[in-house]
Amino acid sequence: MKLAYWMYAGPAHIGTLRIASSFKNVHAIMHAPLGDDYFNVMRSMLERDRNFTPVTTSVVDRNVLARGSQEKVVDNITRKDAEIHPDLTILTPTCTSSILQEDLENFVQRAQLDSEGDVMLADVNHYRVNELQAADKTLAQVVKFYLQKAQKKGDIATEKTAKPSVNILGPTTLGFHNQHDLTELKRLMADLGIEINQIVPQGASVHELKTLPQAWFNLVPYREVGPMAAHYLEETFGIPSVEVTPMGIVETARCIRSIQKILNDQGATVDYEEYIDNQTRFVSQAAWFSRSIDCQNLTGKKAVVFGDNTHAIAMTKILAREMGIRVVLAGTYCTYDADWFKEQVNDYCDEVLISEDNGAIGDAIARLEPAAIFGTQMERHVGKRINIPCGVIAAPIHIQDFPVGYRPFFGYEGANQVVDLVYNSFTLGMEDHLLEIFGGHDTKEVITKTVSADSDLNWTKEGLAELNKVPGFVRGKVKRNTEKYARENNIENITAEVMYSAKEAVGA
Amino acid sequence: MTEETALNFECETGNYHTFCPISCVAWLYQKIEDSFFLVIGTKTCGYFLQNSMGVMIFAEPRYAMAELEEGDISAKLSDYDELKRLCLQIKRDRNPSVIVWIGTCTTEIIKMDLEGIAPKLEAEIGIPIVVARANGLDYAFTQGEDTVLAAMVNRCDDTPQVEAETEVEPKKNGFSRLLNFGQKEEAETQETEYKDHPPLTLFGSVPDSVETQLTLELKKQGIKVSGWLPSKRFTELPSIEKGNYACGVHPFLSRTATNLMRRRKCKLIGAPFPIGPDGTRAWIEKICSVFNIEPEGLDEREAQIWESVEDYVKLVRGKSVFFMGDNLLEISLARFLVRCGMTVHEIGIPYMDKRYQGAELALLEQTCVEMGVDVPRIVEKPDNYRQIERIMAENPDLVITGMAHANPLEARGFSTKWSVEFTFSQIQGFTNTRDLLELVTRPLRRNNNLKELGWTDLVHEEDAKRITV
Repeated sequence: MKLAYWMYAGPAHIGTLRIASSFKNVHAIMHAPLGDDYFNVMRSMLERDRNFTPVTTSVVDRNVLARGSQEKVVDNITRKDAEIHPDLTILTPTCTSSILQEDLENFVQRAQLDSEGDVMLADVNHYRVNELQAADKTLAQVVKFYLQKAQKKGDIATEKTAKPSVNILGPTTLGFHNQHDLTELKRLMADLGIEINQIVPQGASVHELKTLPQAWFNLVPYREVGPMAAHYLEETFGIPSVEVTPMGIVETARCIRSIQKILNDQGATVDYEEYIDNQTRFVSQAAWFSRSIDCQNLTGKKAVVFGDNTHAIAMTKILAREMGIRVVLAGTYCTYDADWFKEQVNDYCDEVLISEDNGAIGDAIARLEPAAIFGTQMERHVGKRINIPCGVIAAPIHIQDFPVGYRPFFGYEGANQVVDLVYNSFTLGMEDHLLEIFGGHDTKEVITKTVSADSDLNWTKEGLAELNKVPGFVRGKVKRNTEKYARENNIENITAEVMYSAKEAVGA
Repeated sequence: MTEETALNFECETGNYHTFCPISCVAWLYQKIEDSFFLVIGTKTCGYFLQNSMGVMIFAEPRYAMAELEEGDISAKLSDYDELKRLCLQIKRDRNPSVIVWIGTCTTEIIKMDLEGIAPKLEAEIGIPIVVARANGLDYAFTQGEDTVLAAMVNRCDDTPQVEAETEVEPKKNGFSRLLNFGQKEEAETQETEYKDHPPLTLFGSVPDSVETQLTLELKKQGIKVSGWLPSKRFTELPSIEKGNYACGVHPFLSRTATNLMRRRKCKLIGAPFPIGPDGTRAWIEKICSVFNIEPEGLDEREAQIWESVEDYVKLVRGKSVFFMGDNLLEISLARFLVRCGMTVHEIGIPYMDKRYQGAELALLEQTCVEMGVDVPRIVEKPDNYRQIERIMAENPDLVITGMAHANPLEARGFSTKWSVEFTFSQIQGFTNTRDLLELVTRPLRRNNNLKELGWTDLVHEEDAKRITV
């Protein structure tokens, strides 16, 4: 048992649901108790999705506990198949089904007999993998399932496209700025003259997966979701992958150069150097920003970085290499992939922290007292508590991290966004210090004559106690309204009762 | 409630969205100030709490997960030792007056004997441990509070209340009485304002100000509230004696009511719930009638409240509402809205205790007759897919629903109010009528503002009819 107040990565089934709900016309059925379908709320609230989330629960209740699911799961799958005709239904195990040890595979086979669409059991174990690993696994599973199916039917498409083309593997629903990153990646590919063969899983149709082998290469921008599918495609169909996250000016260039090499190896003759140079020096503002005097002021300032592997690594490199900021600590909660993290950031930071314990990272921040933090929502709140600004760079995230405006983190526009994020975090911090040195913007003692300043009214003890229960920001208003009411009704002693009568009378 | 009711009860498949009952820790840890809630479950539970509680999570909440790992599931580790380790850590860091263990689906399935371990550990570490099995296998959303309060019933002492007051109170408040001479006298004179009636305990967690409002409301009728379950602190739980009266303020507290009756031999006052001026009035009247007290001034009071909210009632009068059902407040809210002049298509509800809610159901029926509208169908354990089909067919003016469906319905041109807000707002008593209507009318007022723009249907045609829940 572990005492936990907060977790960075969610349970396994969230990863599977993120993959299922990213595809077009794929439905997930969770084998779970009532209330475990909170995913639907997150999808509907955080992403403000306009459509109903394609997730249903086959409810595990007391009866299921006593007698087993029996026909229930099979019925639920076939019912959904008949109602909404999904291309694929993914039966999703949860922590509950992991310990019930029902033969879900058998349910899937039986449901398949009566279903038009395909049915599959997500191969994820709650106690072995987290949300991110499960997402990676499920994506690979779906890809493999449809390619093997196509191979069997003999309608797999393996001949390469005429022009260089790419599969982008990894963007999902509820991923940190994934939608914007995807738009930016499409723009980048268009600039490079590369056709998009498929984007998987976001918006993909499972029936099209059989054309994945036609791409010249796979681009896997996120370390957490996509590599397993890419490795399968590499092993089975020899499709090479580019696994460089194009975040920051230097890494974007490295990513483009990797693409260049892979294409030229396959007989294309492309040279992207001029494009990289032009973008870096004149189109994107990030390189110029690094040189500008604003950024000079950031030199040697201390920062702490914490997040998932993709974003924490990229951010550490940007801060250290592109802005001259001293990263005193870089950390990740992807403990299962810790070696990769260390290898990537070792040259760019003083200290590495691999932990899923928010207390450990909080303590480290307090000890190091950086000028700014780049982390998750949790680190933002740590920063709030000890007055250090924080830019959010990775999940877990809140609704404000799903902006409607265009905010990629990838590519050249992404580099611009990161510059703003970094710069705003630091200036705010500096402004704050200056205010402190000079004692604030303005004097706080404003001399006003409120209604109650020369009050002849008497607040009784219990009246005051009630008043103090009113939230601070409306307390003044409630006090004024109550006193006005008391005066109008010739009441001298204001009790709790008077206060609530006043509330009823003024209707507020 | 008798069988010859005109209300029409149906039961569907139970495929609906609701919050897990462990969510009750969110409001109970704030209500019971010296408590610590330990949810013994998995990452799934933790993820839900973390996301549903939003910013509260960062305010050093007095709750935590005892996250079960593979060793706990396969019984490689001793539950007793593990729980002892965590509870000692909690005692050291927070020193609460009570630790509430919330049992979850997982502890049910692996049959972890929380009720057996708790008394032993309690004796060993010296902090009361209350066990509540608020799991998704058995309960929905607000029923979590019911399981916690039902467990707390057993922790209330049973010293006769009259004696307790004369003997214990001077000792307890001796110091503060010295400081507040005048107030003590005031308190004593007030004492005589109460009529002679057996002790009354109210149960149900409400914000402190609502507690004061309802207490004052009964005081006006000369009725003294001897105690509230829960109280602000665990150490101040009311004492409950055999033969005392008890009355609920929430519709979802059937188990608590049952425990008060069976275990503590209380007499339960089955009243409608104090939601809306009509409900509040009926609630007070019922309590008065049990104590043979002639209620005073309720006519004027109710009329005056209705008058003061007429501007809001006007907005809903003649409109229709559909409750998808997720928090068990549905019957009371529907009854109130019928009184406001609305018609109700359907009342979805997770679980319907016809005995505990008997008086409320009768008032609903009576209200429908008086307002001249058809009695709505009540759908227990609803099926969200079919409900959305019905919503699309019946086109209600307002859908009260959980957050999973609110945005998709809005995008299809329906006005929705998310039901969770009713759980977290002050809606009880005369005083909060306006706040209640504020919630109900908000989508209508907002959508009135936007109407002229003509942007009601915001999904592509091929998606509009597609229900994938």
